[in-house]
Amino acid sequence: MIEISNLTKRYAGRTAVDDISFHVARGEIVGLLGPNGAGKSTTMRVLSGFLPATSGTVRVAGFDVFHDSKEARRRVGYMPENNPLYPEMRVREYLKFRARLKGLGRRQSRERVSIVMDQCGLADVSKRVIGQLSKGYRQRVGLADALVHDPELIILDEPTIGLDPHQIRAVRALIKSLGGRHTVLISTHILPEVEMMCGRVLIMFNGRVLAQDTPENLQHRMAGGSQVIAEIAAPADALNAAWETFGEIEHFDVTATDGAFFRCALTPRNGCDLRPLVFSLVREKGWTLRELTRSRHTLEDIYVQVTKPRTEEPE
Amino acid sequence: MRIFWVLLRRELSAYFLSLTGYVIIAAIAFLTGASFVQLINAQGNDPWPMPVAQMFFGSFYFWMIVLLSAPVITMRLFALEKSSGTYETLMTAPVDDLQVVAAKFTAALVFYVVMWLPLLASLFLVGRFTNQSAALDYGVVGGMYLGIFLAGGFFLSFGCLASAVSRTQMVAAMISLAFGVSQFALAWWAKNMAVSEDWRSQLWSCFNMFDHMNDLARGAVDTRALVFYLTMTFLFLFLTLRIVESRRWKS
Repeated sequence: MIEISNLTKRYAGRTAVDDISFHVARGEIVGLLGPNGAGKSTTMRVLSGFLPATSGTVRVAGFDVFHDSKEARRRVGYMPENNPLYPEMRVREYLKFRARLKGLGRRQSRERVSIVMDQCGLADVSKRVIGQLSKGYRQRVGLADALVHDPELIILDEPTIGLDPHQIRAVRALIKSLGGRHTVLISTHILPEVEMMCGRVLIMFNGRVLAQDTPENLQHRMAGGSQVIAEIAAPADALNAAWETFGEIEHFDVTATDGAFFRCALTPRNGCDLRPLVFSLVREKGWTLRELTRSRHTLEDIYVQVTKPRTEEPE
Repeated sequence: MRIFWVLLRRELSAYFLSLTGYVIIAAIAFLTGASFVQLINAQGNDPWPMPVAQMFFGSFYFWMIVLLSAPVITMRLFALEKSSGTYETLMTAPVDDLQVVAAKFTAALVFYVVMWLPLLASLFLVGRFTNQSAALDYGVVGGMYLGIFLAGGFFLSFGCLASAVSRTQMVAAMISLAFGVSQFALAWWAKNMAVSEDWRSQLWSCFNMFDHMNDLARGAVDTRALVFYLTMTFLFLFLTLRIVESRRWKS
């Protein structure tokens, strides 16, 4: 559905996207993950036909977005960053305008507008002026616009930004339901989001794709090196002594918390999971264990992990 | 063509659904009314030396309205969409650049013509209550509106160009106002030049908008004026189209 090969985009002296290549198959939901300025939005703008590439080719459904721009655009539903809308129009009127603009006939556009308004939960605000809607509703109007012509490829740039948790959940469920029938490319900088929605993740950093894999595999790769936190009621020196004896623990840190409990932060030496080890130790010694968690990977950890070889090379 | 109509409807609704549109119409109605009050007061009961339409075109009110309204009408066309980001949703829909430029210009022109309709009421009042029975003569009114239409196309097409090159409405308005004023100065200069058979003087006379309007208000349609306005309008629209297309050019 999407074929990007050697795409580079330079803005006056700055390289926003640096020689990236990737493919997305029909029906996939793919997440572009990266910090601000990683080149996610630029990639999407090139894909949607808004900006020309400096070099490289981009194809959507077999159409080159530069040479067959209009045919490619016909097949794409794109919601830009910050979801721009015409504030003076009413919801139904706006969606109808967009449907007609995307080449739907009068009757067809009426049908599709009703369908996407139901799909996006807009039925009760159909006559409201967009400028007076809450952010959550406006976001849904943007989504409905991207869906209205039933495109093969849907590109959503940060679809859940600025929404409250309830709305985020609704939007995620909606996006997830699009998979299979549509191909979806979303960008985000929230890791759990891609885990929940996407079948595949591309991590972008400084204009390059650093890793691409399923969220599970990525999580698995990242699991190595993750810290384990255990809160145990035991004498502090006994704890220190116990951690010393384990070769698997590279580094540990014991701090007192309330009462008899101590908080132990344990870093494994070669990426093994320390939790079973902690549990068997506690059982053997008859201590009380209050908490045992493996710290979840934040996006930051992943960047650090993924960008490690590159940043250490020059030294 | 269907896309053009869809876009035109949306552009027109942007004018007529917003307060700005009505503020502009009200301001212009006030200015035309004021100019007629002044013209009638100045004339008193003396016989009029020329039809009132011709006098109106000679007054600075008419030029003030054209010069001020064109930037205000056109500034939002592209610049507002760019600053609010809707330009991205618009241009990523399967539309042609030509359709977008044509729809935006046509909407501006339609709004501009609607804006001038209160002038008819002023003419009617003059025709009804003064000894100027020719004020509502079809030829005069037709020539007058043709003049308004041609001058409007000229200044509005430049306004489109200014809006297409700017990122904010303010800059667009400044550019097209600067153009309007210099065009006005050029016309003034051309008017005061000695008329001769010299080709340079002939060329300059093309820019003499005062005489163009004067002729049109008498009901005399001069092809030179017609060609001048239409050529310039299409030139500016062509340049606007190139600017809009340039976004897709490879750097």
